[in-house]
This record gives sequence, C-alpha cells and structure tokens, in this order.
Amino acid sequence: MTDNTPTHNTQDPSTDLVAGDQEVKRAVGSRRGMFGVQGTGDTSGYGGLVTPTVYPGDSQRPFGGWFDEVVDALEARLRSTELDTAVERIVVHRGEITFHVRREDLPFVAQMLRDDEALRFEFCSGVSGVHYPDDTGRELHAVYHLLSMTHNRRIRLEVTCPDADPHIPSLVSIYPTSDWHERETWDMFGIQFDGHPAMARILMPDDWPGHPQRKDYPLGGIPVEYKGGSIPPPDQRRSYN
Amino acid sequence: MTQDMYADPSETSQGKVFTVTGQDWDSISQGLGDAADERVVVNMGPQHPSTHGVLRLILELEGETVTEARCGIGYLHTGIEKNMEYRTWVQGVTFCTRMDYLSPFFNEATYSLGVERLLDIEDDIPEKAQVMRVLLMELNRISSHLVAIATGGMEIGALTVMTIGFRERELVLDLFELITGLRMNHAFIRPGGVAQDLPPGALDEIRDFIALMRKRLPEYAALCNANPIFKARLEDVGHLDLAGCLALGLSGPPLRATGYAWDLRKTEPYCGYEDYDFEVQTWDTADAYGRFRVRLNEMSESLKIVEQAADRLAALEGAPVMVADKKIAWPSQLSIGSDGMGNSADHIKHIMGESMEALIHHFKLVTEGFRVPPGQAYVPVESPRGELGAHVVSDGGTRPFRAHFRDPSFTNLQATSVMSEGGMIADVIVAIASIDPVMGGVDR
Repeated sequence: MTDNTPTHNTQDPSTDLVAGDQEVKRAVGSRRGMFGVQGTGDTSGYGGLVTPTVYPGDSQRPFGGWFDEVVDALEARLRSTELDTAVERIVVHRGEITFHVRREDLPFVAQMLRDDEALRFEFCSGVSGVHYPDDTGRELHAVYHLLSMTHNRRIRLEVTCPDADPHIPSLVSIYPTSDWHERETWDMFGIQFDGHPAMARILMPDDWPGHPQRKDYPLGGIPVEYKGGSIPPPDQRRSYN
Repeated sequence: MTQDMYADPSETSQGKVFTVTGQDWDSISQGLGDAADERVVVNMGPQHPSTHGVLRLILELEGETVTEARCGIGYLHTGIEKNMEYRTWVQGVTFCTRMDYLSPFFNEATYSLGVERLLDIEDDIPEKAQVMRVLLMELNRISSHLVAIATGGMEIGALTVMTIGFRERELVLDLFELITGLRMNHAFIRPGGVAQDLPPGALDEIRDFIALMRKRLPEYAALCNANPIFKARLEDVGHLDLAGCLALGLSGPPLRATGYAWDLRKTEPYCGYEDYDFEVQTWDTADAYGRFRVRLNEMSESLKIVEQAADRLAALEGAPVMVADKKIAWPSQLSIGSDGMGNSADHIKHIMGESMEALIHHFKLVTEGFRVPPGQAYVPVESPRGELGAHVVSDGGTRPFRAHFRDPSFTNLQATSVMSEGGMIADVIVAIASIDPVMGGVDR
C-alpha cells in the first residue's frame, strides 16, 4: 500500500453528508474500490475510489400515514415528562419507521409506548444487535421491533452504545419476552443490559471467550479440499463486497 | 442405578449425582436413602427423545411436582446468522432455510421479503412467484403441524398419532421433492421470486393430495378430539392466558388458543394472502388441548388455501416466477440432465456461444451477486409456530451486513417455566410439546 492511498474511513462517519428536501443522509464508514476486491486482485485502476456508506437519514414531517399519529402521541407524552430529547432521530425508510432513542431514556420510552392508549405497543418481537465498527462512538446498536396489536402498527426502536461502554438499560421489566433476546444480544455482541435479572450467555457455552457476531470476531474455518483442489475458508476467499 | 462409564455416581457439594437411563427408579430411590425427602434436581436432556431435539431441561422436583423449570439451549447453535454475513444475498437463503428445519419455506420467505423490501422491488415480484410461495408455505404449515401433532402424541404414548402423522407428512415431502427437488433445505424461495417454475404434473399431484387429506384430516379428529386419554393428558396442562402470552411474546397457536384471532396472514398480509379465503382458527381454553385443536383446524384452512393457490397456478401457466430485473434475477435456468439437476443446456449454449453480455451477467451475479441499498427491514411472516421475522441490514454491499431471525420457537420456549412449574413432571413434556419448539430455529 502506498502512502497516497486513502486510509480507511477518512470522513468523520457521523457527519451529515447530503441535505435534501426531505431527509438528511448519514454516512457510516466507506467502501473502497469499485468491484469490492481488496489488495492486488483489483487491477482496474479504481482501487483508490472511496464511496461513503450512506444510510437513510432523518425524516421530516409529514411522515405519512399513521406514522404522524404515533410520533405526535409519543412526543406529547415525552413533553409532559420533560423528556422531549429522548428520541434523537426518526427515520422513515421503505415504509418502516425507526425511532433512535437515547439509551438512558429507553425504559421510559418503552413504558410509554406500551401503556399509552394512543400507542399501545404491547408486543415486543425481540432484540436484534448490530455491530457497526465504523459508527464511531456508537458502534453497538440494539434494535427492538415493537408491535401494537390494538392498532395493528409496527415500529422499530434503535438504541446505540459505544464499544468502550457497552451498557443499555434492560427492558425485561417492561417486556418480559426480552429476557432471552437480551441474553442472546449479550452473548453475540457483548452488550450488557443493565437491570437484566440473569445476564448470562445463552447460545454459546458459559466459558466461551468473545462475542461471535461482532465484526472483529473472525468467522473461522478450514480449507475445503475436493478432488485435489483446495478452497480457502469463506472469510478468506476472494470477495466482492 | 445404572452404571455409566462416562458418568459415575458421585458426591458433590450439592449432593449425590445419579445417572438415570430409564426403568431404574427403584434403584434410584434406594440409592437416595434418607435424602429422598429433600429436593431433587433432575437434568433432562439435551439428548432425550421427549425434548424435541437437543433441549436441556433442569427441573427441581418435590416428589413428582415440578417446583422450578429452566431451559438450557444452544446445543444446536451453528452460527447461521454469522455465516450469512460471508455469502451473497442469494446464498443467504441456503443458510436460513436450515434454521427451523420443519418450516424451511417460512425462513426463506421472511428473509426474501426483507431483502425485496430493501431492494424496493416488492411490487415487481411476479404474481406466479407469490402464488407459489403461498402454496409452498401452506403445504409446509400442514407438514409442520403434522409433526407437532405426531411427536406430541408420541410423547404421551399415543403411537398411532405418530405413525399416521408421519404417514401424511411424507406425502407433503413428496410434493416438496417434486416441486423443489428436495425434501428439506430447499433454498427455493429467493429474493426476487422462486427458483423454478412448477414441474409438469405438479398441479395434478397437489389436487390428489388435497383430495386425500380431505379424507385423512377427519381421521385425526375422530382419533384424538374426544379421546378420553388424550383429553386427560392435554386439558388444563401448560395453561397460559392472553396476558401471559403477550408479556412473554408468544405468538402462533399458543396465542390463538387463548381465543385471540391474531394471525399475520390477516393482519399484515404478505405474498397476497389478502386475496385468499380462509378463517383464523382459535380456541378458548389456553391449554395444550386448545393448541392441538388450533393446529388441527389450521391444517384444514391451509388445505383451503392450497386449493385456491392451485386453481390460480392453473391459470398462470408459463408466467414468470422471477423478477424481470436482470440485475437481480438469478440468470440460469435449471433442468434435469443425464447427471442430475443442473444448468440447462439451452442456458449454457446461450452464455457460451451466443451472448457475451449474458455470460458477463451470469458471471457477475453468480460470483459477486447484486448490491442492496443501505438500510434495514423487518418483514415478519406467520410461521406454523408464530411470528417469524428476519431483521435484514445492508451496508450497500453484496452480502448481508446483518441478518437476525426472530424465531418463534426461541421466544415461545421462554414460557416453559410458567407453563410447567407447579405441575406434574409428566406434564412438562406435554407443555413443551404444545409449544412445538424446533431447536434448529431456537439455536440457529
């Protein structure tokens, strides 16, 4: 690698990149080259190309459909409890609405979402962890899918925490179903859910080192041999990602 | 007690440890001696025929009453979600179909629907592909419920229920084999549509199956519904009411057995379910018997949907089964050759001899795959066990950045404690069978 090769992730990943009429897009990390090949495999001359990875950004009112009703009801409740900064961003993308919630306010927001008559999200589908190594300061995301059976609506909550301080308040007291889901997210990503009654591994053995679903945890594997040929393990094969 | 070369009876700080292999209760109670009136912790599984695969149960007993029940899972964890991050979007189907191995089409469907939403091609999926998805999912619901009823019957000693259940399931698997080439692990529903068109003669086979099942399903009802032993074992066992189901996130037959007609096929229709005529089945007892009746009735409803789907497919002969966008659609057509299923000779001739562009497309799509715009999607489907949803995250690459499956078996299994504590040890088996957990889906 020569000196003038752009280093990985040159932009501040959390800067707002494009300001459109409707939404502000957010770049998290970047992609190198044109064909997804790393190293000497790319002889195309496009190897130095840097394309920021832009995720759907904040949406502005009107959100459309019942989204506005939910946002209004939630904001009204939050204002009355002086927690109006609890929801950091709202993203509407592909017909799904995502509330980015400040992590310390997650239990309050979840409780309101569950109990308020206009909201009534009484069913939590569980927690899904996502690890964004390039999202500096907010590497670990916990994603909750909530369902209101009363109103037949579905929303998504997203909470982040930095790698250096992987703590998120537990929702077990509000949605008991989160019990195993939070244990799985701890097991796979190393997010600690404060207030969980038994924060133990669930899928991996109790003495397992590391958290396998993190991006810095290797897939592992051995070469596959077939009829004299040898194919490297999946994470070492040439990839075009 | 039995002598086991790998597990000698031993003294620990918690008391004496015994290895029990069945038919040896007398020697156990003698071995316990004075300690018999103290609490006994029984470890059941992970290799126990009644634990639905590799489920481990840790039961604290007082006599034959269960005072505490806990589950140990993870024995079938295979890292499918992690592996999917190292394959293309289409290859992901090949992995997720193996999770809940009794309902493979549902795993494929929820994942494919999520990818399609991120690709923004939901409205471009050909009608025939959607009808075929519905057909396969409903056939799959029948085969899955048959296994639930069959194994549940076997576990309480009703072996006839088991044998007839697997007899009918075999017919469904024959249909799967005819349509997809495989009895399980199909990887047939893919982002953009389905892998293959219906083979010749498939509709006739499906119609024969419907006619046969119309005769066979009442046999289950006649054998079980009013059977006094069956009812005595199932009624009032594993009770969980609506509030308990919602708190613990239970969906599917346990939720519907509380009388609440919640079915994603009706409430959030996907794949065109809103166009089919069927009823959501409920029961009002909130126990293992109610769950059995819900499953039994759902099979009849699924049969109705299969029949409607078959009628539609008859009118859709020759229609496309994959999205028209050649940047997404898998390029090759498969056909049976002298050495089995493979790329059709016509396709090989086309890319190798006629069209350089077709060759480039084939090569790019097969090796590199297509890119999916950054974002996340969650499109749940009503699997035989409840809400199954794939949380699909893309960073704009040719591989899933993250694919997480909310598996209903995993969530529903959390109810083991509340369903079985305070009951008899024999009822633990019935309670768990009424959840119908599949460990491949629980552990992924």
